[in-house]
Amino acid sequence: MITLTLKEQPSVPLEAEVLSPDVTAELSNAAIRALPVYLGKRQRRVEDFFDVDGASSDQITIKGDASRVKWIGRAMTRGQITVTGNAGMHLGAYMSGGAIDVSGNGSDWVGAEMSGGLIRIGGNAGGQIGAAYRGSNTGMRDGTILVGGGAGLEVGMRMKRGIIAVRGPVRDFAGLQMRGGTIVLGSGAELRTGAWMMRGTIISLRHLPLMPTFLYSATYVPGFLRICSAYLDRLGFTLPCDEQEGAYRRYTGDTSVPGKGEILIWVPRGA
Amino acid sequence: MLRITGGKVYDPANNVNGVIKDICIDGGRIVAAADESLGAEAPRAKAARAIDASGMLVFPGGVDVHTHVAGGALNFARGLVPENQRAARKFLHSKDRRAGLGGMTPTTFATGYLYAGMGWTTVNEAAVPVLTAKHTHEELHDTPIVDKSALLLMANNEMVLDLLEAGEGERARHVVAWLIWAAKVYGVKAVNPGGVAAWKWGKNASALHETFEGYTSLTPAKIIAGLAQIVDELRLPHPLHLHCNNLGVPGNVATTVETMKVLEGRRAHLAHLQFHAYGGDGWSNMHSEAAAVAEAFNRHTNLTCDAGAVLFGDAVTITADGPWQHLLYQLTGRKWGNLDVENETGCGIVPYVYKDRSLVNAVQWAVGLELMLLITDPWRVFLTTDHPNGGCFWRYPEIVQLLMDVEFRKEQVRRLPEAAQKRIVLGDLDRKYSLSEIAIITSAGPARALGMANKGHLGVGADADVAIYPEHPDEDGFLFSYPRYVLKGGEIVVEEGDVIGGSEGREFIVRPEYDAAIEAYIRPLFQQAYTISFDNYPVALERLRHPEQVNLPTKSA
Repeated sequence: MITLTLKEQPSVPLEAEVLSPDVTAELSNAAIRALPVYLGKRQRRVEDFFDVDGASSDQITIKGDASRVKWIGRAMTRGQITVTGNAGMHLGAYMSGGAIDVSGNGSDWVGAEMSGGLIRIGGNAGGQIGAAYRGSNTGMRDGTILVGGGAGLEVGMRMKRGIIAVRGPVRDFAGLQMRGGTIVLGSGAELRTGAWMMRGTIISLRHLPLMPTFLYSATYVPGFLRICSAYLDRLGFTLPCDEQEGAYRRYTGDTSVPGKGEILIWVPRGA
Repeated sequence: MLRITGGKVYDPANNVNGVIKDICIDGGRIVAAADESLGAEAPRAKAARAIDASGMLVFPGGVDVHTHVAGGALNFARGLVPENQRAARKFLHSKDRRAGLGGMTPTTFATGYLYAGMGWTTVNEAAVPVLTAKHTHEELHDTPIVDKSALLLMANNEMVLDLLEAGEGERARHVVAWLIWAAKVYGVKAVNPGGVAAWKWGKNASALHETFEGYTSLTPAKIIAGLAQIVDELRLPHPLHLHCNNLGVPGNVATTVETMKVLEGRRAHLAHLQFHAYGGDGWSNMHSEAAAVAEAFNRHTNLTCDAGAVLFGDAVTITADGPWQHLLYQLTGRKWGNLDVENETGCGIVPYVYKDRSLVNAVQWAVGLELMLLITDPWRVFLTTDHPNGGCFWRYPEIVQLLMDVEFRKEQVRRLPEAAQKRIVLGDLDRKYSLSEIAIITSAGPARALGMANKGHLGVGADADVAIYPEHPDEDGFLFSYPRYVLKGGEIVVEEGDVIGGSEGREFIVRPEYDAAIEAYIRPLFQQAYTISFDNYPVALERLRHPEQVNLPTKSA
């Protein structure tokens, strides 16, 4: 177990992709302290910003308000990172395995272009979670992102596989140009959800303003939802799939692309 | 005085072929190896520094006759592929070097480091519109180490085309000359003559002898002949640099061979010939016609060309050929950028991946190599990938290996889909390039075609641009990837394989003669049709930090 305690907030964002289990697994305490981080264009050492306890472990705990520490867990393949507090942008970007747990808020680009693993954010996340970076064809390729609070713009933009579940409200363009995978919106979303989506599923447990390019097709409870629900249940996220309680209105689109994606909106029985 | 000792020297321009001899450098130039006259000991002692090149190959620095490394279009391309820049090789800021990114469209500083790091010391930026020439010069200034030249896009300039249509050849010549000096460039480039002008009406110019949208009697053939004549009359060091009509189109071999006929009696350089040597009448039956193109080319000794070879992998296609780029975008369905440069030209940008499983791409890959093998005179065909169109310039060593190692090449051919192997002749070619021939197609030949007397050779008086390579392939398996030393203008810019910086390169420009009264003709036309003021149009000479004005031969010469 390695514990990193932030001494004080850096004045500008700190780029710290070395804070990854893959990097620290075999390193001594001194070697971890000496790892390079970038404060703006200047190269500094981890110990300039963090008190470092422990060594040679793929279990990392980061304490303090790390909302200006970027790239935590970048491209990690294993192990566990626990952040008690907030985490900065690009948390778990490109990761392919392991788990990240943040008790506070995340920021933009959580799990961007990730291909496996689990990210849990207790509070809010920013925009572009699980998204493709600008110019890339494909966002998240697999894995799971759970957000306890709300999230920003372009959630799951161009994602291809995997699950993003957000308990709170999300902003515009959730599932923008989505190519596959599943987004679960616990409290609905603002405008243009699923714009340009080609494939994939967006599930909303609240009413959504839909674009006119989505066409109503049926009201039912799709069979695959039970599997999805069972998986999310283990992670503490409830997805209703009992026909006694209600059903999903299914819309297909985005027909302007033309896409074969779907938006499922939960309608409780009697509502 | 600096002395390179013990290396095996390849200097084909001076008929030196693998001879072990010393090269002496003083004041940025190659000087006579003094030991021939004064005895061996004295000058050795005098040398401030000696580089021991024993067991190494000494080449004149590479010269890229056709590349796209600066200016508005390339910058647009950089913006269009951020996903590639993220994955690109990074150059961190250091004492000797500025920060930058490699990849398919390297940033300016990285471009200089990558070229120099490969042993190339002169590059010719092949497409500059007058309107964005200032931007190009700013970027060329920020491209360190290498010497630069640039070519001006002329074959779709409305002012020039109008004069050619009216049969006012002499006035057209004055306009072209004025524009060359206004843009501070080195030569004239023609891209898809007439086609880009027609593209502004959503059309193309695909028949050489037929008129195109916007004109009543002018044809692509007349533009080509007219511009080639103007370039010859202006006695420019580099002939008309021509990107033929119908680039990339199956069956374009007919256009290419016909273009050679149009150019008979004139000098010309045919750019990226690979893209112009296809048979068939559609993508389904497209095949290599490299043999036919090479046969015609071999007969036309007035011409030079560069390969424009394709390598499998990522590329970004950037060309003034707007209509072709729109077609390519429709084929790929991904990204497309289109620029309209007022009355001068246009530009299209499409990121592209050449796949070895694709029949079309496999044919393209083969055609580039076939041309280099079937064109018999290495002094007339040069190594390029039309960077970044067919592949990145920093992959040139891969092509060198394909040319030098017949077994390796045949192995690569055997890996292509069988259907593709039937459409190419590469598998039957047994020619193997010698080191001397490699020195010709990478340096001596292009320098001669560009008319740069002090480039591409190691004779006395030449610029001291020298690349020193290990004699055996490096860790990556390629021979010319990592020079041990590179000298540019006598300055050591790569040492023990590391780029250690170096000064800014020069820019070669020409000032052809024109009647000063021509400005009075251009000004009102310009004021009518352009969005900027005429007085802001020309590039002031002061804007170039290291201009090197090349004197043109006088009429009698």
